[in-house]
Amino acid sequence: MFRTVLVANRGEIARRIIRGCRALGLRTVAVYSEADRDALHVKDADQAVLLGAAPARESYLNVERILEAARASGAEAVHPGYGFLSENWRFSESCARAGLTFIGPSADAIRAMGDKPEARRRMAAAGVPIVPGTVDPVADAASAERVAAEIGYPVILKAAGGGGGIGMVKVAGAAELTAAFATATRRAQSAFGNGAVYVERYLQASRHVEVQVFGDTRGTVVHLHERECSIQRRHQKLVEESPAPNLDTRTKQGLTAAALAGARAIGYVNAGTLEFLVDPQGDFYFLEMNTRLQVEHPVTEEVTGLDLVTAQLHVAAGDALPFSQDTIQQRGAAIEVRVYAEDPAKGFLPSPGTITRLSLPQGEGIRVESGVAEDSVVSVHYDPLLFKLITRGVDRTQALERLARALDVCELEGVKTTLPLLRTIVAHPDVRRGRMHTQMVEQGAFHG
Amino acid sequence: MAEEIKAHITGVVFQVTAKVGDKVAAGDPVIVLESMKMEIPVEAPRAGAVKEIRVREGQTVQEGETVALLD
Repeated sequence: MFRTVLVANRGEIARRIIRGCRALGLRTVAVYSEADRDALHVKDADQAVLLGAAPARESYLNVERILEAARASGAEAVHPGYGFLSENWRFSESCARAGLTFIGPSADAIRAMGDKPEARRRMAAAGVPIVPGTVDPVADAASAERVAAEIGYPVILKAAGGGGGIGMVKVAGAAELTAAFATATRRAQSAFGNGAVYVERYLQASRHVEVQVFGDTRGTVVHLHERECSIQRRHQKLVEESPAPNLDTRTKQGLTAAALAGARAIGYVNAGTLEFLVDPQGDFYFLEMNTRLQVEHPVTEEVTGLDLVTAQLHVAAGDALPFSQDTIQQRGAAIEVRVYAEDPAKGFLPSPGTITRLSLPQGEGIRVESGVAEDSVVSVHYDPLLFKLITRGVDRTQALERLARALDVCELEGVKTTLPLLRTIVAHPDVRRGRMHTQMVEQGAFHG
Repeated sequence: MAEEIKAHITGVVFQVTAKVGDKVAAGDPVIVLESMKMEIPVEAPRAGAVKEIRVREGQTVQEGETVALLD
């Protein structure tokens, strides 16, 4: 095991990783931008190194500065967290060249899964069902139209080089296709520097269910069951839970078997997540694989009782996985909500500012992962996630009740947040019944 | 008379999409702000010609700050 780990991230996830390192007695090095001088992750770490100015490309995306910080601080390993450089295979390679252990999968796995058409090809070859559509990018609007006519409308145009829902364009019918193709190409080009797009059938009223997988360098790959993340807005998750409610045994077994087959086919090492859409008939389709620790990993930790961050550190150090498949069980239920600095009154536009008052819940079955405290400045430069609230219970009902109470006692002033929306969601009868799909927010289920 | 186009949100100027002299329609983006990884256009409140652009790319603007003038 290494002695010193550099955490190449900020906010709640940097703090979570530092805590995991501490649990194993490792020394931690934080990095920060000029905007984050007073940030909590900087205070938490044993040492902190300034990277540069506030914009991410000058700080948290600045590979040279991060490698320099690792050298100067004597770090032997780098944990990328999520976002920023976590799914950048070149960064993983740069770490290796600098003699640093990248805490995550191989550069090859990151590269293959980051190239969405390649990921679809590899998964299809491993027998994992994929959403009907093209495996290769389509050359032009006319080809896209031919494919769409074959698989049926609505379809969705996706960036071949992207992910996270960025740049996707939904197309209801043939009349919209030419304009939509131009928009999708432009968005893909500006967001990812690669204008290639591919076509998929748009699955309506489907659920987003994902499977947590974990591999080690000895060839063992296990799954840590599923998470339901159907409540989303602009393709960003708002609520995540495990187990997925009302998921029949056959579908669940199919999902975990497919996830294991997919992960094994690419020789996957460390923590990863295969995302699927599940349609009302229980048929499921691979969406994408996230080759990193997920934002929503705490729900899996809460139901399995396992620590994913320390497991990542062990696996990166070459140890065997600290758990075996037959010991990984879901006990009770856990739910997470993400509190974002977004203004519900302004169509959820970002709401930067200074947090003047913050009171977070605590108590049995409540876990908070926060990147902010009173007087924290919420900068325009980074993701709007403020904190995550996770509750667990002996069953889903108890977890939901604890979550509703925890949300009620949250007090935050200074910036606008998604708290009111989350309270409405958690109280909604369909959510209480565990009947959710990915379009509920956009269809206005939680208005008023 | 000139009308001020104000930023409705704090952010960093990601792109200046109009230039002085451009004729714009109501709702056309004049600049695009980036805030918390989202791109948010600041739109012309009415039709007119762009008289002045007061910001440049990379600059931080506060909510309510004038970013351009419309003739």
